Amino acid sequence: MLQIISLLVENKPGSLMRITGLLSARAYNIESLTVARTLDPELSRMSIVVDVEPHLRSQVIKQMNKLINVLQATDLTDSPAVCRDMALMRIKAPLANRTAILKEAEIFGARVVDQSTEGFALEATGDPEKLDEFIDVMRGYGDIDVIRSGSVAVSLETKKLRLSPPVPRGGGNPAREEEPVESK
Amino acid sequence: MMSGARILLECLLRENVDCIFGYPGGVTLPLYDAMYDHAIRHVLVRHEQNACFAAEGYARSTGKVGVCCATSGPGATNLVTGLVDAMMDSIPVVALTGQVSTKLIGSDAFQEADTFGITRSCTKHNFLVKTIADLPQAIHEAFYIASSGRPGPVLVDIPKDVFQAQAHYSPVSSIHLPGYKVIVEGHAGQIRRAAQMMWDAERPLVYAGGGIVAADASAELRELVETLDTPAVTTLMGLGILPSAHPNFISMPGMHGSYAANMAMTQCDLLIALGTRFDDRVTGRLSAFAPKAKVIHVDIDPAEIGKNRAADLPIVGDVKKVLAKLNRNLKELAAEAGSKNESSRQSWGRQVREWKQEHPLTPEISQEEIKPQHLMREIDRLSGGRAIVASDVGQHQMWAAQFIRFDEPRLWLNSGGLGSMGFGLPAAIGAQFARPDKLVFAIVGDGGFQMSIPELATIVNHSLPVKIIIMNNGYLGMVRQWQELFYNNRLSAVELSSFPDVTKLAGAYGFKGRTVERPSELSSALEEAVREPGPYLLNVRVTPFENVYPMVPAGAAIHEMVLGPPQPVTA
Repeated sequence: MLQIISLLVENKPGSLMRITGLLSARAYNIESLTVARTLDPELSRMSIVVDVEPHLRSQVIKQMNKLINVLQATDLTDSPAVCRDMALMRIKAPLANRTAILKEAEIFGARVVDQSTEGFALEATGDPEKLDEFIDVMRGYGDIDVIRSGSVAVSLETKKLRLSPPVPRGGGNPAREEEPVESK
Repeated sequence: MMSGARILLECLLRENVDCIFGYPGGVTLPLYDAMYDHAIRHVLVRHEQNACFAAEGYARSTGKVGVCCATSGPGATNLVTGLVDAMMDSIPVVALTGQVSTKLIGSDAFQEADTFGITRSCTKHNFLVKTIADLPQAIHEAFYIASSGRPGPVLVDIPKDVFQAQAHYSPVSSIHLPGYKVIVEGHAGQIRRAAQMMWDAERPLVYAGGGIVAADASAELRELVETLDTPAVTTLMGLGILPSAHPNFISMPGMHGSYAANMAMTQCDLLIALGTRFDDRVTGRLSAFAPKAKVIHVDIDPAEIGKNRAADLPIVGDVKKVLAKLNRNLKELAAEAGSKNESSRQSWGRQVREWKQEHPLTPEISQEEIKPQHLMREIDRLSGGRAIVASDVGQHQMWAAQFIRFDEPRLWLNSGGLGSMGFGLPAAIGAQFARPDKLVFAIVGDGGFQMSIPELATIVNHSLPVKIIIMNNGYLGMVRQWQELFYNNRLSAVELSSFPDVTKLAGAYGFKGRTVERPSELSSALEEAVREPGPYLLNVRVTPFENVYPMVPAGAAIHEMVLGPPQPVTA
């Protein structure tokens, strides 16, 4: 079953490897993965869709939360969230079909981002199932090339971000003994 | 200005490192040059894998972080087994590896390997330090991560040009790891509920493991066991956390655990799991494990809760702190309510004692040949519960766990989770460095010993008085046992012929060695080994076909253990 995971991670070399390594070590197949910087350039947001047996979903989240570079891992599979996917599509269209294609594109809310004598380039966003439908419809009009972004997901609930404070260490400044962090 | 190599050593001093186990190489030349006139002691091992095992031995016997060091490429890849070993048993180790210069990374340079990538899954965390400015921070973060929360190995990969670069060194005063979440204090409400569950139980059982060692919580554990007056089992990783003679102590459960321990696990109505992870070698067939029990699970790692067995009452926290609060709550309950379930508790205690008497762990002893159990009993006699015993992996490890008593934690050192052959001898070296006052036995099989022979040189170099006891049955005994029992005795690639003459072998390295074959010689030979001021290599020829019992066959429930070999039918 597909699990949707949203991660807030430190934007550091190796962060992505740690997360995907955790999944591949358990032989889980990643369906899609997107990463981009957040407003804070030190952090990145990842959305991962991965095939995990339902009873192991919480274990995956716990293991991800153990990674030092992960600030927060959240399971969005069953929680209120919006999930979107983008498709870029090149479609070869004879003149006779063009009006019909534009009509279909309008119905699905897709935009023409390029056009030529060959045909169109279209951009569509939507939830993944809706995009599947749109792509199916377009295949009826001839040869298409499709590239999809993979899902990006945002939770509709605010979840409190628990971060650990700095810890005295290294003896440079003889402060109090370190005493880690927080209670739950 | 200071070189990166020098800055690294300064940081190590600030982390109270007194000893590094390592092996130099091309890219660590600048580091070894800085070590030449530095206070930190470097111990030259003969293979990098043993550097990591020795660092583990140091860490396991003290609780301090063990440090090992290797060069790039083959040096780093040789550390991998030790890192996984430390990961599986939650042992604090910091591994320092050299890397080719930053400009050469990714060019297939001489002795280049992607150490950062290779060790990602073998470590709790790892670093690739790309500039000298990042070095002090990375080192202190590594020690903090290795030793806090659930301990584990951390690797720091340092390119040669970072060792060589010069920078002004200003000591680090704090580190910030916002995503490193360690929950120390257990949830107060959960702890109260746990105390109540313990109070209400009729057949409670404490099941405690290596987490008690890591948290230094033996005293708190003992208080809990005595307050509740409940029987307790300790896992292979937890031997010594309760004194062996404690009346409530049953012994080790699991695949080669005692009858009483496995029956108690199966019959208890409340399983109090403390710093332990329901390993498959403990639980046997999971669906039949502790079928009547509600489970309280205390662990510092939230990912362990519910991983193998669902917890009815989970508590995430440092088991030392949680136990201290539990003990307070239990005392309050006792003060309020007096005793509870007294008759069922008493009959439960009686039942456990009966199980212990029914099938005690008794060593086989023969007049004709030395039984492995007899050997362990003799070592136990000389140790008196106080010696450090570093074990290798296999049958001898199980017999040692069954028959050698440990009265404190950090005496029994073994590769529990990974089961790495070749662990015992280098771990003994690390332990003897850490605790020079202690009698240290390395108990090894004839298989694992032959993986560690190069380290005899290290032992001699440093005049370490380690007593190496080879339980020599001429076979890879544990594999042979399984071939006998489950593969129609088709013994495939398990016979270890051509074992060297140990008197000559030890003699070649310049110390004493001896072989014993007769039971009558055994105790005097062991005494001689212990009396010897230096190292000693004692090769004990034991009966070759002894099997370890009790044994829970793979896939069976732990109460379905086989107690001994099939008895010959007498007409």
